Amino acid sequence: MASNPMSGGQKAPARRLSWNDPDVRSVVYQIVALAAVGLIGWFLVSNTLYNLQTRNIASGFDFLSREAGFAIGEGPIPFEPSDTYARAILVGLLNTLRIAVIGIILATILGTIIGIARLSKNWLVAKLSSIYVEVVRNVPLLLQLFFWYAIITETMPGPRSAFHPLPGIFISNRGIKLPAPSDHFAFDLAGLGFLVALVLAVIVSHWARKRQDATGQPFPVWRTAIALVIGLPLLGWIIGGAPLELDVPRLQGFNFVGGATLTPEFAALLAGLVIYTAGFIAEVVRSGIQAVSHGQWEAAEALGLKRDQVLRLVILPQALRVIIPPMTSQYLNITKNSSLAVAIGYPDIVSVANTTLNQTGQAIEGILIIMAVYLTISLSISVFMNWYNKHIALVER
Amino acid sequence: MSSVSESLPPPTTATGPVAWVRDKLFSSPLNTVLTLLSVWLLLMTLPPLVEWGLINAHFTAATSAECRASPGACWAFIGQKYRFILFGIYPYDEQWRPLLAAIILTSLIVVSCMRRFWKPRLVGIWAVGLTLVGILMWGGVFGLTYVENTNWGGLPLTLILATFGVAFAFPLGVLLALGRRSRMPAIKTICVVYIELIRGVPLISLLFMSSVMLPLFLPEGFTIDKLLRAQIAIIMFAAAYIAEVVRGGLQAIPKGQYEGADSLGLSYWQKMGLVILPQALKIVIPPMVSLFIAVFKDTSLVVIIGIFDLMNATKTSLVDPAWRGFSIEAYLFISAIYFVFCYSMSKYSQQLEKQLATGHKR
Repeated sequence: MASNPMSGGQKAPARRLSWNDPDVRSVVYQIVALAAVGLIGWFLVSNTLYNLQTRNIASGFDFLSREAGFAIGEGPIPFEPSDTYARAILVGLLNTLRIAVIGIILATILGTIIGIARLSKNWLVAKLSSIYVEVVRNVPLLLQLFFWYAIITETMPGPRSAFHPLPGIFISNRGIKLPAPSDHFAFDLAGLGFLVALVLAVIVSHWARKRQDATGQPFPVWRTAIALVIGLPLLGWIIGGAPLELDVPRLQGFNFVGGATLTPEFAALLAGLVIYTAGFIAEVVRSGIQAVSHGQWEAAEALGLKRDQVLRLVILPQALRVIIPPMTSQYLNITKNSSLAVAIGYPDIVSVANTTLNQTGQAIEGILIIMAVYLTISLSISVFMNWYNKHIALVER
Repeated sequence: MSSVSESLPPPTTATGPVAWVRDKLFSSPLNTVLTLLSVWLLLMTLPPLVEWGLINAHFTAATSAECRASPGACWAFIGQKYRFILFGIYPYDEQWRPLLAAIILTSLIVVSCMRRFWKPRLVGIWAVGLTLVGILMWGGVFGLTYVENTNWGGLPLTLILATFGVAFAFPLGVLLALGRRSRMPAIKTICVVYIELIRGVPLISLLFMSSVMLPLFLPEGFTIDKLLRAQIAIIMFAAAYIAEVVRGGLQAIPKGQYEGADSLGLSYWQKMGLVILPQALKIVIPPMVSLFIAVFKDTSLVVIIGIFDLMNATKTSLVDPAWRGFSIEAYLFISAIYFVFCYSMSKYSQQLEKQLATGHKR
């Protein structure tokens, strides 16, 4: 049988090595391609090693444990010039993650609103949002960053005559000052309550889906989740003694004290990234909703569903499948575009690594760090979004 | 029967301006609120902008002191600096050359947009056009004085970086896309690693790499100038994105086309060149236009490694001590330039998409 091919049927022709055999050709091509890549790599590496040696540039990552000697304007963890390069790079990384996460959240909200507004039946709203999308998408992001930075640092008044749009909020050329929760036990409890609420909301939605599958009984998941997210932090705050004092910024001498600060760099970068990416996200959302065929709306209405049920149960689940892949690339773009921070002086990973490589002369290590960081972030975002995409994908039977 | 039923009242006006306003602006309570909010937003923003940009603005002023006297915009700054913003430090008397080069590059783009020219001779037109641009910018022949490329700047440089970038990245990107779809595992891996590596990192890191690391990569005594290094980074970057766009086109071609070409006994390159690519590239023209817009906008990043493009020329014009503090006006001016280029291209691609689409839409 199969163990002896000679026994049954025709005898397979003996294999000869020939240029006319596609398999032989493919092996030869691949060997040639690998050899070419290897040769180029060897050429570059040997040149680099030679150049490093003749220029007396050290290699390796030893410099990471040396004293950095430069100051970093802002960061979620404290940093002194006497700290090491490794810590400086960590601060840069955290700054990048901070701007990326806040940017993604705000751009998604703004972009979704504008995308839906573009489809509105209201002529004025639709026109205004399409003007927004066209203008924002057709001007380079870097130019927008410079523009917002110039607006904040050049045209805003000094701290003594700062704009004061709402009580406790001051906008001046030193950035934006906001009231912050003061250092009180109750605010920590409220934060804890928020985290617990998020976990509970996920558990409830799982349980509700299981129950609906088993019994057909729907459960008001959204209302419960909102109640949890508002209620638990409030509860934590009340248990902590319901303190009413906030840390409100106030003018003292020539600058503000107290409160939380958005530096001009952070504010300009955030404004630029959010406004620019929201234009793209709006288009993603609009095309996703338009991709759901008209018959789906009509069929859902024919079933007697209410307008919000039509959207929530029929249209959005189908639109999301179209929206998720391009949305992923927008999230990746926001993360990569945050590297433009270096142009306006926000200390993100590129900016810090650039200072480091200028000071130590270790260009290769510096750029390797930047690339490794972005590749890791990009891959994690795309792995997560691919998982989510699979999670909501159409199950074909 | 008909005498029993009462006649219905005539429908309310369905046409005319009143009906239009009722239907488009005040059809429901929510719509009314939205309309009022938008009107309020416009009233809050438009009058101050008009006052700043037109009513209080200075369109001519000999010195910056005249501009500073009133709070309006100072468009006189643009009048003073537009030659510098547009052409950078290119020798003043020779600036007709970059102007002509910019016009040639723009017309190359316009010609490529016309379906009449979507033929093999387009490649020839591009070759001639790009050579002409090179002769005009460098000079040194036909009695033109030689101008170092360190003196190039402004809008022509931005156009050069974008068009040369896409023109050279295109063949590379097509090869990468074919490699990624190849059945040979080694070639496929090389292409996938290249594409994903480049797409995973920001353009800035590639520009840094080309400006800092490229000199280390090359043998001693062999140097490439700064502009070429930036151009290489842009080509490498654009090629990875073009590869993904072209791959989308290749995947959209039905399998029967591949099998049909195989059954005719065509070789791999004949199959791709004569059957698959002509169809695949046609599909991907609209996304290619969007990609070109993205590359055009991204060339502004070269400001970070000190190349003198439109953006950098503008930033440099702002540091003149005699004319300080008019960045908003300058940025609005070049925003308008970028906008005109990008908006017309995106309108073109939308129109093209409509022409090429044959599906049913409601």
